[in-house]
Parts: sequence; structure tokens; C-alpha cells
Amino acid sequence: MDKFTGKIWVLGDDIDTDIIIPTEYLALKTVQDMAPYAFSPLRPELAGQLNAGDIIVAGKNFGCGSSREQAPEIIKALGIKCVIAKSFARIFFRNAINNGLLLIENEKLRDVVSEGDEITITINESIEHQGNQYPITSLPQNLVDIINAGGLVKAMQKLNNVENG
Amino acid sequence: MGFTIIEKIVRNNTGKEVHPGDIVTVNVDRVMIHDIFIPFVASKFEEMGFTKIWDADKAVLIYDHLVPASQVDDTRHFRIGNEFVEKYGMKNIHRSDGICHQLMTEAGYVKPGDVVFGTDSHTTTYGCVGAFSSGIGYTEMASILGTGTLWIRVPETIRVNITGKLPENVMAKDIILKLIGDLGADGATYKALEFAGDTVENMTVASRMSMSNMAIEAGAKCALFTPDEKTAEYCGITLTDKELDLAGDADAKYCKVINYRAEDFVPVMACPSNVDNVKPVSELAGKEIDQVFIGSCTNGRLEDLMAAAEILKGKHVAPFVKLIVTPASRKIYKEAAANGTMAVLAEAGAIITHPSCGLCCGRTGGILTDGETVIATNNRNFLGRMGTSKVNIYLASPKSAAACAIAGKIVNP
Repeated sequence: MDKFTGKIWVLGDDIDTDIIIPTEYLALKTVQDMAPYAFSPLRPELAGQLNAGDIIVAGKNFGCGSSREQAPEIIKALGIKCVIAKSFARIFFRNAINNGLLLIENEKLRDVVSEGDEITITINESIEHQGNQYPITSLPQNLVDIINAGGLVKAMQKLNNVENG
Repeated sequence: MGFTIIEKIVRNNTGKEVHPGDIVTVNVDRVMIHDIFIPFVASKFEEMGFTKIWDADKAVLIYDHLVPASQVDDTRHFRIGNEFVEKYGMKNIHRSDGICHQLMTEAGYVKPGDVVFGTDSHTTTYGCVGAFSSGIGYTEMASILGTGTLWIRVPETIRVNITGKLPENVMAKDIILKLIGDLGADGATYKALEFAGDTVENMTVASRMSMSNMAIEAGAKCALFTPDEKTAEYCGITLTDKELDLAGDADAKYCKVINYRAEDFVPVMACPSNVDNVKPVSELAGKEIDQVFIGSCTNGRLEDLMAAAEILKGKHVAPFVKLIVTPASRKIYKEAAANGTMAVLAEAGAIITHPSCGLCCGRTGGILTDGETVIATNNRNFLGRMGTSKVNIYLASPKSAAACAIAGKIVNP
């Protein structure tokens, strides 16, 4: 996963956890059951349009609101490879990494891309969009390891050589 | 370019210069787990494949939310906790000594400059002694127990300068409520708060604790006070040069600087049902109340009980008001009994409970119902926090709460 290309979906500022998954669907049994309702208050059709490997590019304060860990879990379950935003809310940021969802902070990209564009991400290096390079603040290797392992529990299992993880 | 307190703490911990936005792995000095989450921490820890705690003496388990048990399943948490402590050789366990955040500083588990995490959002409290402390989930707690490390993102700092002398009827609680009202519930998200100025220098550690405790209500990651001679006395230590240096440099970079004049503060309350819905008590005067709660990790300390007792001395709570007093720890309970504070409160008609989270987390000791109003000194007034979602919770200082208890309605202290 050091380098990958994906189609982007563009969202605005303050995409809160209630937009990502409204409270009324949180009682559904599994994340897979909830996934069709992702982003429904804002764009009800979006969840059905997302494909595995797609990338979300958003404005500031992505994931603000409650601590519901289902928010990053659902985005991951929908196949989103990575979320790029101007900034992330703190709890969402941690929950995302721990659930193996890659997040990248970038101030500029959101304002120059259009939905449907393709971008190429080189982990710890750069984002490439239409020939322009945007540097990525490097993630420590242990965070990349958590994401690559599929989340914190699995990363720890790998550390401990647990077979059935 | 100088550094803020949080930048210095992280630098000292990791051995390298850091800047806001950097993601670094810190070495954890202490962790706190409370009774609500111990079953989850225990199962995640074993699911991860760990067989030993990285340093069992650095882990503290505190039973406070469920003490004493109010539901038949509550004791399951104690059983699992006791088994975990036994199995992994933990020594630091408190089964009925008080509220976790009070005990962490009071029992000497936290020192200036320490990096501490807890399974509770109000873990920001330990910034009162200049420690970087923050709340995390139980999955991360399990990983810290195994590795002794956690990744963090170095936060930007909001500097809050407060100078001058506070009016008599204003407490630290009024300051932090005012700040949360001004910042908004997300105004400090992902940021560190750093308090300075002669007003906070003149404050007790207990008062600073009330403020750092509530920093999370503005979204803050931590809230820091510079360690001083009061901190040293409280912690029972002599400050090292490194600890004395935990002050924001004159040329440190802040994302925001807020200046308050202490004389401008007035008693305030956070009105239902958001902590940032803050109004002067004078604007709320006359509203009838049913109950008053003085306690919690925000305001259950000796100075809080004494401030309430001073107002209640020789008086009695309104006949229809239940005044519930919950000391934050057994130590405080004993001190308040020894210096006569408890007698004054009891004479005034208070219901005095054992030290625990109790009413603040809506588990025990005074749950309310539809249409009832409570003046409370704790930290959250969210819907349903102390009973049904139609309970009106007003957050206030102990002085304001005591004055309201006597009047049976909202009054300025």
C-alpha cells in the first residue's frame, strides 16, 4: 500500500459523525448493515456510489461530533482507501487509525480538486493530482503499521505473533 | 522560537524537539482504568495476545462509577477487575477510596511533566499539576498496557491569561464555564489549553483541578498549569529544573491568546443541555429548583465543601430541596469531618454520600425525573445525564449551588 491511485469524492467542512452515520442506524447489528446509510443526511445516494479503492477529500474538522467508533469503521467497510481533509476531529482521528483507516491532512488539495478526479498517493511522501505534487507530513512507521495491519488489535496481534488474528 | 508547555513535555518525553502537528510516540508514565471499562480493556488486552503488563506498577485501577453497586450486574466489573489485577500483578487498585481523577493526583500517581492516559474523557484533570493527560478508548488502553507507548499528535496551544483578583462570589468553576462558553464546545478541539497569569498563580491546586477537569468540554486534548511551589507541596516533591521550566516561553507560538481580567468575572451557570450554553447567574435568578448536587471530580474537594459550608452555616436548605453532597475522595471526606465542615453541611440538611461518581454519571444518589431542575457542580449537563432527558441540569460553582439550595431557586451567591 505504499503507492495507490483512486477516484475522489469531494465533501465540505465539518462532516460530523452524525452525517457519517446517523444515530438512528447505530442500533443496527453490524457495520455492514449501517453502511448503506453512510452520509445519508447530506448525500443519501453517496454510499451506493462508492467503490472499493475510492478516496474522500473533505474540508476542515472532518469527523467532528460524537466518539462513535462506527464512523471510521463504516467508511472503511465501504471500501474507502483513505480520507484526505484539511483537518480531523481528534477522537475520529484516533478511532480511524485504530480501525485501520488511512487519514491524510492537507490544507490545499480540497480547493483544487473536482469530484471524479484521480489522485495518486505515495505513503509518507506526496499526493499527486494532475501533475501537481502535494507533500504529505510523514506518518511514523508504527502508524502505517497499524493501518496496514488492519487496525490496532490486529497490529498488536502481529506484534505478539498471535496466529488466529 | 520558544515552546509551549505541551511542546516541552513531549520533547522531554521523546528526547526530540517537536512542533504542533507532529505525530510522535510517547512513553507513558502512568495509566488509569476505571471500573466501567475494565472488562473491555481486559478482553482486548488478551485478544491482542499480551501476557504481561509492560510495567504493572504504572497501571492504576479505580472503582468509582459503580461504587457501591446499584445494579445487579455491576459487581461483575469488580470481579473481572480483581481477576485482572491478580493475574497481571498490579498493585495499584482502589476499590472505594474515591473518584479516579481525584485519586490520581491525591495518591501521588501523577507528577509534573508526566504523560498519563486514562479511559475517561476527564483525564485532562492532571494538567493541574503540569502533567500531559488525556482520555482514550479501551482498545488503546489495552495496547498501552502491553507496550507502554502511545502515538499522539502534538497539539497547538491556546494560551489563556488571567490577571487580577477574583470577586468574592466567583470561583475557578465560573472561570472555566465562562471560557467554555466563549470557546464553544469544539473551540479547543485537538488543542492544548495553557493557563497563566497571577490569578491562576494565586489559585490552589484544587481550583486549578476544577479547570483542567472541564477542558474536554471545549474539546481540548489537555489543559496545563505551570508547576510551582503549590504543586510541589501538593505532590510532596521538590521541583527539578526541568519541571520548573514547564512554562510557556515568551516567544512560544500560540494559535490563540485569550486575556481575561479577573475582576470582570461573575458567577455563571451552564444551562440545559450544553456545557457551552453559559449565562450569568443574575440572568437566571428566580428559577425554582428541586435538587442541588455538590460533588464530583470537578468540585468535590475540601475547599469546595468548605465554600459551600460557609454559605450554609447556621441556615437550612429549602424544605423541598434535596442537597446531595459527595466528597471526591475518602481523604477529603475525613478531612471535612475532622474540620467541622461535614457537621455544618449535615446541620443545614445535606444528604452526604460516600465518595464516588454517583449522581454525576447518573447511576446513583439522587436520580431525577421529567421536569425537575438540579443545580450541580459537576462537569456535564447533557440530556439524560442525571435521570430522564427532561431533567434540567444547570452547572454551577459550589458557592452558587449552596446559595440556591437555601433559596430553593436560582440566586446569585
